[in-house]
Amino acid sequence: MFVARSIAADHKDLIHDVSYDFHGRRMATCSSDQSVKVWDKSENGEWHCTASWKTHSGSVWRVTWAHPEFGQVLASCSFDRTAAVWEEIVGESNDKQRGLSHWIKRTTLVDSRTSVTDVKFAPKHMGLMLTTCSADGVVRIYEAPDVMNLSQWSLQHEISCKLSCSCISWNPSSSRAHQPMFAVGSDDSNVTYSGKVQIYEYNENTRKYAKAETLMTVTDAVHDIAFAPNLGRSFHVLAIATKDVRIFKLVPMRKESASTGPTKLEVQIVAQFDNHNSQVWRVSWNITSTLLASSGDDGCVRLWKANYMDNWKCTGILKGDGSPLTGSSGQPTAMSTVVGSSVQTSQNALNGMSAGRIGKRAPFAPPLRQLTSPKTYQHPAYY
Amino acid sequence: MEEVDVEPAVTNIPAASDGKHLGFAWGPGDILVYETLYKASGSGCSFIHEVRKDEDIYSPNLRKLFNESHHIFVGLQTIREDLPSKNKKPQFVSISKNYRSVIRACMEELQQVAVSTKDAEVATQYGNQVSILLAIELIWNLCEVLTLSGSLLLHLLDWVRLHKADVDEKAAEVLQSESPAEHHDYWDVVVSYVLQGRLEEARQMLVKQATLHPAARKMYKLMDTLLSKMPFYNPGGTQTLTEFDVKWRHWHGEVNRCLQDNSFASNQHLEIICKIIVGDEDTLLEHKELLSTWYHFLVTRLLFSHPTVKPTELHYYAQSCMTMFLDARSVPEPLDNILLAAFEFDIHQVIKECSIALNNWWFVAHLTDLLDHCKLLQSHNLHFGSNLREFLLLEYASGLFTHHSLWQLAVDYFDNCPEFGRVYLGLQIEHIPLDTERKALKVLRICEQRQMSEQVRSICKIMAMRALRNNRLGSALSWSIRAKDAAFATLISERFLQDYCTRGTFSDLDLIDNLGPAMLLSDRLTFLGKYREFHKLYGEKRFSEAAKLLLSLMTAKIAPRSFWMTLLTDALPLLEQKEVIFSADQTHELMFCLEELTSSLNHSAPGTDKPTQDEDIEQTKVELLRLALARNLAMAIIKEGTIEA
Repeated sequence: MFVARSIAADHKDLIHDVSYDFHGRRMATCSSDQSVKVWDKSENGEWHCTASWKTHSGSVWRVTWAHPEFGQVLASCSFDRTAAVWEEIVGESNDKQRGLSHWIKRTTLVDSRTSVTDVKFAPKHMGLMLTTCSADGVVRIYEAPDVMNLSQWSLQHEISCKLSCSCISWNPSSSRAHQPMFAVGSDDSNVTYSGKVQIYEYNENTRKYAKAETLMTVTDAVHDIAFAPNLGRSFHVLAIATKDVRIFKLVPMRKESASTGPTKLEVQIVAQFDNHNSQVWRVSWNITSTLLASSGDDGCVRLWKANYMDNWKCTGILKGDGSPLTGSSGQPTAMSTVVGSSVQTSQNALNGMSAGRIGKRAPFAPPLRQLTSPKTYQHPAYY
Repeated sequence: MEEVDVEPAVTNIPAASDGKHLGFAWGPGDILVYETLYKASGSGCSFIHEVRKDEDIYSPNLRKLFNESHHIFVGLQTIREDLPSKNKKPQFVSISKNYRSVIRACMEELQQVAVSTKDAEVATQYGNQVSILLAIELIWNLCEVLTLSGSLLLHLLDWVRLHKADVDEKAAEVLQSESPAEHHDYWDVVVSYVLQGRLEEARQMLVKQATLHPAARKMYKLMDTLLSKMPFYNPGGTQTLTEFDVKWRHWHGEVNRCLQDNSFASNQHLEIICKIIVGDEDTLLEHKELLSTWYHFLVTRLLFSHPTVKPTELHYYAQSCMTMFLDARSVPEPLDNILLAAFEFDIHQVIKECSIALNNWWFVAHLTDLLDHCKLLQSHNLHFGSNLREFLLLEYASGLFTHHSLWQLAVDYFDNCPEFGRVYLGLQIEHIPLDTERKALKVLRICEQRQMSEQVRSICKIMAMRALRNNRLGSALSWSIRAKDAAFATLISERFLQDYCTRGTFSDLDLIDNLGPAMLLSDRLTFLGKYREFHKLYGEKRFSEAAKLLLSLMTAKIAPRSFWMTLLTDALPLLEQKEVIFSADQTHELMFCLEELTSSLNHSAPGTDKPTQDEDIEQTKVELLRLALARNLAMAIIKEGTIEA
């Protein structure tokens, strides 16, 4: 792994969330400075800020993109108790030339009475649906019935989880065999001995979401939760950020034909890692769910990978080296890019050590000791 | 099997570490990392770092390697399973050689660039890439020799010769000098030739020395005879093992005798050569500089001491040669362990060690695939053979997918992964940026060829939405027809009709005129198509057909009620023609339609005080229509009566 480039985001306060769009050509950032910025990647891979605007009257916790089938749509949630939906307007051509885009607020969702802690779009096969969860313990599911009119959102479901909610994740499976399902995590510190992760499933008969399972083994505060892409499997995989990283397998049990209740799930723990030493704050899967990333109190991002025998291991660590780049805060355009990487550190020592052993080498001599060259140990491809 | 335990690689991010958190976001090809704090407030520097996984994928110099090995890979997959393995072996060997020649070609190109560049950093970078390719080729070649070739020792000699090519450079230098026999590298070259078993070349070199020293002629002649008589064992040949053994013992005894009776005592160089060919280990080890590697030492030792070595005995010699050759203080390095594992025929260990030591999946994926095709993974008692192959291919292909153009190669790799290839392809291809229509069509074709209907639908929907946002109605319509998205087609048809109402003309006539059966996707689209057909008939002055179509649009309820007034207004010029176009019956039906429309309008708009201007116009329109209809009815009745009479 290597740092390809660094981008001065130029937020006036802490960045809380960064979100890639579906194709990886755009990103959105949000911050305690109450703003959201949208960035576009140019042909040569440089990031340019094309929009920056005040979105909320409090810290913006999360920002997320809708699937491009629904156009260019963002949702944000904030400490100011609201969530908002934003749509990009195709503007005047001279705006485009200047590299700017226009985003307008389509709706503010004001149902929560407390800080809205997470916002997620439902899988696209369900239509344009937005879910929020909040500190008051309620998950709300909104729907935009007309994808061409995003100012109309109706509150379809309000699910009380009884615990202050911190995070939600939709099961991305679009298989007909699976009903819509989401997991919600809680960081409630008042209740100590109950399960902090609940799984809800849609029931076609009652047209409501009902609790399918509570993960009773997770009793500590949960900060993030992520379903893995399904890969066509019959079971689901769920990663949880709590006092450690945990990976669960949820296996739907065969339903009795008469039963109309939610699918019973068999919960199996696949892996558990306490390498972050203390709290883990974020977990997230890559596209093919071959890598799980987690971020924790040790200040590192750790990458976890299963080999072909399904053994999970840490294969990479991204770590702050204690030398923050200082922002060029005076520049409103914020497009300065620091190219280069700080990866190479101690290879010279390695090279020096082995150089003397076999003497000179002609240009096409065998590589020999060169295998200890920079790249060798740099990226072990774990398998 | 035991796991190789490695510490995870650490990548340093230029960010503060104490008490700060690192936030992150996955993208299709990379991961964004930024400094943040969860559950606390405070300030942080607002930099975002783009971290990539596979550096090699982005190297322009390796493109050739990826592209050409892709062709070889695809070719390998088409070798038929049912052929007897005897017929396949030569094919596999030639494929293996093709892979290696691609590596070589790539390496040579890199080497040239590295030498010609003036930037020291770039030169180092290229140099590193070259050395990794060299290592890869070395390992690959050894695996090929050990698993695919017969006559083990001869191939091992070739292997050493190929990877110790500096002898040839040195020889060329010596031969080009004015007096080769007096060149200071002369004896190094001769000894190197002998060490590599290139006895013919060694003899030719010795002739030059012999002519310079006529007095020692007899001694040179003796050495020449010894060298020329050395037997080589070729298991594929006509000679049996016993025959060879007898011959070899005889020759070996002869060399030994020469050594005992000090035939070469007067010339230290010839003495050394004699000691080498008799297999004297101490002498060999005194020439570490010329051997340069323990595996060269191994092959030379086998040649002169154990020429009939069996594959199963190799690991014993390999291990001991490595120990003897390396200093006591040095530990074996990754390459040593990899080669040792190969000599032990532990293919699985080779692949495992390579995955750890090399940062790219190219090598392990292709080598494993080849060995799997040769059925070599199973024969080494690995029950998960094919899983390993698929696992590595999926990793390699996923890496390719992060590249803006190499992803197209990855498609074929995924196609050849029976278990998860299709799912991976589905997940990855969705994320290919659809920058242009052309690229979208390319991605679409790949999905269509594989019947990935969900991805096809999604791509079309994304393109339709984008076109609509940019007000390109025609493109939006054709994409939503491809997506079979009825709701969206309805919406766009509506826009077309609105545009027509305001501007009086249609855009994208080509598309609408050629809808064909696609028209049936949605009612509104059907209406749009039919309505346009009416305009065409009218334009071509086929009035009665046009009139019939117009009427049927209303009576068959194809036209939305909101559009009826427009249709009726369209009927006006037909009614006003000199000729009677609408028959009496048709006129009646038109009148019904008008009444139905006006009565429903009256209901929906209950008594307002003052009629607005719009309502006035509408009222005038209705009256005009009524008048025209009545006149037409009269004319039609007269005409129809006249003809019948």
